Amino acid sequence: MLETNKKIDNSEIESFKSMPDKRGHFGIYGGRFVSETLMGPLEELEQAYNKYSKDPDFIAEFEHDLKHYVGRPSPLYHAKRWSEQLGGAQIYLKREDLNHTGAHKINNTVGQALLAKLMGKRRIIAETGAGQHGVASATVAARYGMECIVYMGAEDIQRQAMNVFRMKLLGATVVAVEAGSRTLKDALNEAMRDWVTNVDDTFYIIGTVAGPHPYPTMVRDFNAVVGREARQQCLDQTGRLPDSLVACVGGGSNAIGLFHPFLDDKEVSIFGVEGAGDGIETGRHAAPLNAGKPGVLHGNRTYLMEDNYGQIIETHCISAGLDYPGVGPEHAWLKDTGRANYVSVTDIEALDAFHKLTRIEGIIPALESSHAVAYTAKIAPEMDKDAIIIVNLSGRGDKDIHTVAAHEGITL
Amino acid sequence: MSRIEACFNALKNNNKKALIPFITAGDPSLNLTVELMHVLVDAGADIIELGVPFSDPMADGPVIQRASERALHNGTNTDDVFNIVKEFRGKNESTPVILMGYMNPIEVMGYEQFVEKAAGVGVDGLIIVDLPPEEAAELSAVLKPHGIDQIFLISPTTRGERLNRICEVASGFLYYVSLKGVTGSNQLDVKAVGDKLDEIRSKTSLPLGVGFGIKDAKIAQAVGTISDAVVVGSALVERIAEHGENSNKLKAEVSSFISSLRTALDNIE
Ligand SMILES: Cc1ncc(COP(=O)(O)O)c(C=O)c1O
Repeated sequence: MLETNKKIDNSEIESFKSMPDKRGHFGIYGGRFVSETLMGPLEELEQAYNKYSKDPDFIAEFEHDLKHYVGRPSPLYHAKRWSEQLGGAQIYLKREDLNHTGAHKINNTVGQALLAKLMGKRRIIAETGAGQHGVASATVAARYGMECIVYMGAEDIQRQAMNVFRMKLLGATVVAVEAGSRTLKDALNEAMRDWVTNVDDTFYIIGTVAGPHPYPTMVRDFNAVVGREARQQCLDQTGRLPDSLVACVGGGSNAIGLFHPFLDDKEVSIFGVEGAGDGIETGRHAAPLNAGKPGVLHGNRTYLMEDNYGQIIETHCISAGLDYPGVGPEHAWLKDTGRANYVSVTDIEALDAFHKLTRIEGIIPALESSHAVAYTAKIAPEMDKDAIIIVNLSGRGDKDIHTVAAHEGITL
Repeated sequence: MSRIEACFNALKNNNKKALIPFITAGDPSLNLTVELMHVLVDAGADIIELGVPFSDPMADGPVIQRASERALHNGTNTDDVFNIVKEFRGKNESTPVILMGYMNPIEVMGYEQFVEKAAGVGVDGLIIVDLPPEEAAELSAVLKPHGIDQIFLISPTTRGERLNRICEVASGFLYYVSLKGVTGSNQLDVKAVGDKLDEIRSKTSLPLGVGFGIKDAKIAQAVGTISDAVVVGSALVERIAEHGENSNKLKAEVSSFISSLRTALDNIE
């Protein structure tokens, strides 16, 4: 049997950036657990990715689009007033909320759409929960003149009406998924079913560092621009590396994007923040790394929220983007090695942080990012005044104002 | 000799094709599943594929998804599935039973425990939809000493080196997925399936079964002509969904459907 849940002796790990192995494994995690029909297409995708990710023309076009279309680099902003009020560490916000379409998700969709174009695929499909990845996919599809189908749980379609309309404006077809719990995981299942049926002409743009190899690696690499910029900006602005990094973890793409370039800077401590929903102890949460067990779902082995017989259980989190029962396999490995710490904050704590950042810094964070903000507010006061924390402000909160209003009994 | 091997040998000696129906354990209920298994055998099934319900059946179309949902709604768990097989074996020692499902319920139980329980109740093979040979070595090592076959899938996109490798590691029989798609699709192209089976036959002497998209006696006969076994899933599960509440009608309907497939397979020129 597989030895899971064991702490790994990390003194033997030369570089934390060495993962995955050739077969897409991060220790025991990751891999390629899909139906036979997808194995060939995944090999093709891996070969194409390996080829183009080293190709100077591809890199130049990706960087050009990140600069002129996405608006990179995003600022690293010293939140002085907030830092002062907390009375501890200096907090720097990595402003992914300022990207085109309002979140880090666009970094990945630009990369994957370029790859789709080079592979000759004219039809792209995507899954979405909050609608951010769906919007980012519909956006690049519009720009490259591709057909775009977005799968979205029927439950989420009701919660995120504005993003559904945005996707339609951009020319995408939004398909309501009625199966299972009618949320993000079911949308992913349905996208996989579409892909297995239409593999010849279709490119599946997965929105986070989950799925079968090479997705966790590819999505990480496209988002690692966040951490590379932040690392350099921090050195430029403060003359040194930060003490801590904080990012929210749904599937884990914004988090690994920030963390990865710092993994071998051992003096930098790393915190991934999961959604504790009503509280871990209530069972109503979305925190597989905090309270789940290793298993296999959506093409990879990772920590999952499941019952004693391996059925995936429903998650609860005020932020739709964190409402996922699994997590990227690299985070599972980073947890077991102890290189990163995975913590959680509740809906109420995240809402409180949402309001505080809005009022103190004039920045309305996404509810996902508010989880990272909330955890930062817990640790900053305990740290020295010259300590530095970088928080990934993964998205802007406009999409969430209906949720926040509803939570406070206000009808807009 | 394993039950699966004995079954295919006997069929070959009689110049017959294997009929392999699929039903989901716990659909429409735990008790009825055992009864249905006997009905299937009496009506002419040679091997039974028993679906282990899973919350996220990524490779299945709507018909089998719903069956999985119904079974889970009835509270069906992995131990119930083992009990179904045990009860079936009380009256039937010879018909091979293959569990078909997804990886996570096995991961959670642990390979040793899952396989020991499966072997203990008389399971003959496993088809794990999301476990390609690349990830299968550890489980295979546990299955081998218990004599349980790991049945691998081959699909229209399986080519070259991978096809060779699958033929090398497979046991029991090989399951050819007739089309790109999920269970219950209906674009099966008999000519294309035949070409692929010829290619596979040049690499292995294992029996070849074909599944996905076999809806009626006519297609079953056409596919039976070029293969060693036909698997019928969604078309059967659809009938179970329709008559689930009425067990006598359900059993009569299942019996007559399976009989029609049997007759078609027995009348191949
Ligand atoms: C703004 C924002 N942050 C974070 C997430 C969570 O995803 P991930 O963990 O992959 O970054 C989402 C997902 O929709 C999001 O929209």
